[in-house]
Amino acid sequence: MEKRAILLDEKDNVATCTSEVRPGDLVKCSGGGSAEIAAAEEIPCWHKIARTAIKKGDRVYKYGEVIGEALAEIQPGAWVSEKNIRSIPRDYSREYLLTKGEV
Amino acid sequence: MEFYGYRRAEGRPGIRNHVLILPTCACGSETCRIVASQVRGAVNIVFNTGCSDVAANTAMSQKVLTGFAWNPNVYGVVIIGLGCETVPHDELRKKIQAQTSKPVVSFGIQEEGGTLKTIEKAVRAAREMAAEAGQQQKEAFPMSEFLMGIECGGSDATSGIASNPAVGNLSDRLIDLGASTIMSESIEWIGGEHVLARRAASPEIHDQIIKICEDYERHLLAAGQDCRAGQPTPGNKAGGLSTLDEKSLGCIRKGGTRPIVEVLEQAARPTKRGAIVMDTAGYDISSVTSMAAAGCQAIIFTTGRGTPTGNAIVPVLKVTANEHTFSWMEDNMDVDLSAIIRGEWSLEESGARLLEKIHAVANGHLTKAEAYGFSDIAVDHVCRFV
Repeated sequence: MEKRAILLDEKDNVATCTSEVRPGDLVKCSGGGSAEIAAAEEIPCWHKIARTAIKKGDRVYKYGEVIGEALAEIQPGAWVSEKNIRSIPRDYSREYLLTKGEV
Repeated sequence: MEFYGYRRAEGRPGIRNHVLILPTCACGSETCRIVASQVRGAVNIVFNTGCSDVAANTAMSQKVLTGFAWNPNVYGVVIIGLGCETVPHDELRKKIQAQTSKPVVSFGIQEEGGTLKTIEKAVRAAREMAAEAGQQQKEAFPMSEFLMGIECGGSDATSGIASNPAVGNLSDRLIDLGASTIMSESIEWIGGEHVLARRAASPEIHDQIIKICEDYERHLLAAGQDCRAGQPTPGNKAGGLSTLDEKSLGCIRKGGTRPIVEVLEQAARPTKRGAIVMDTAGYDISSVTSMAAAGCQAIIFTTGRGTPTGNAIVPVLKVTANEHTFSWMEDNMDVDLSAIIRGEWSLEESGARLLEKIHAVANGHLTKAEAYGFSDIAVDHVCRFV
């Protein structure tokens, strides 16, 4: 079946499914970019589908921003969740514009 | 654009005219509930602390209690204390009277000789205040006198994609009308703080935003908690949010795009006008409590999975872009934004509709949580009770 997903930014390697997806479904992505992905597995509604192959340690992008890194190899069309990605700790020291004492 | 509200001698006008029955401590809470149940026009809050607290916790409690009393939606205040709490009723009354000329009276249960005697006096006082409040006429005020809090809770993937940016568009519209907004929940800036900080009106504000996130992570680490362990919540994960970063990048969109002019401590009152952010917990009830204490007249609340929460003095308007949640929990949801997900409404169009809705709430339209009389409260704490 044909399903829909929201791709928020051209840079993103995941899209958000707007209904439950089954293996073999063709997922048409629109929003901030467009793509067509063949679903590789069952994905619940509002969960993420991989747009491209994501290697272990690669960054995962949504909103055009990093939402985490892959814990294992993720195939195109696979379900992306807390089981295969994790947050990357922040390095705040590099984010300040002024020296810390001035805040 | 104007709204009809109740003029106050100090600060912004109220959009409601409640008599607040306010406990100084947990031991006064039940008596306050009974007093409020006897007087139409009166609302009470349940307060679970006020005693056996360290100074930092007491300071936060006092900010919330005085803030609730000061909130423009409150016409007058009846305080009920016990007599042996950290800050007794007469002391709290004097603190409130130093900030506002609205009517404030207070009673102590030990002084009065027990619950029934206190209830009698407090009901008489509240009834008199409610009678006066009922005579006050509404007047037209410009939207520049409006301060809206922005909250999210029970988020799922629809929140960051649709309802939060739609509320962001509403925030931009309000600010362009001269109004002010507060976005809180600083733990839910983490992972998106670099994006949020780009909106800062100055380098100092930029760095304040970064520092709040760094300090929050450190604070939790000192208690042995990795902020990424509790966030996202199990419900967020079931709703398609996998990391704190993903949640935050969606959360911060509800604050809109206008320059951030002020960074507030939790429950502190704004001194600037425009887009403001506040350092609060991601726990929605605690965050709403802090924004009510800061003087917000109304709060807009986005949700994906649905939530009933409401505040005693500040109307909370629930919006969701999750079609299933809106129909399944219709009794708790005020606005359906699922047309954004279906590609039928633009964010611009949705922001315009939300402006109509919040304007109606300002003019007296009851939100669902308000109609139920919901009165949730949570005061953030930094340390164990003593």
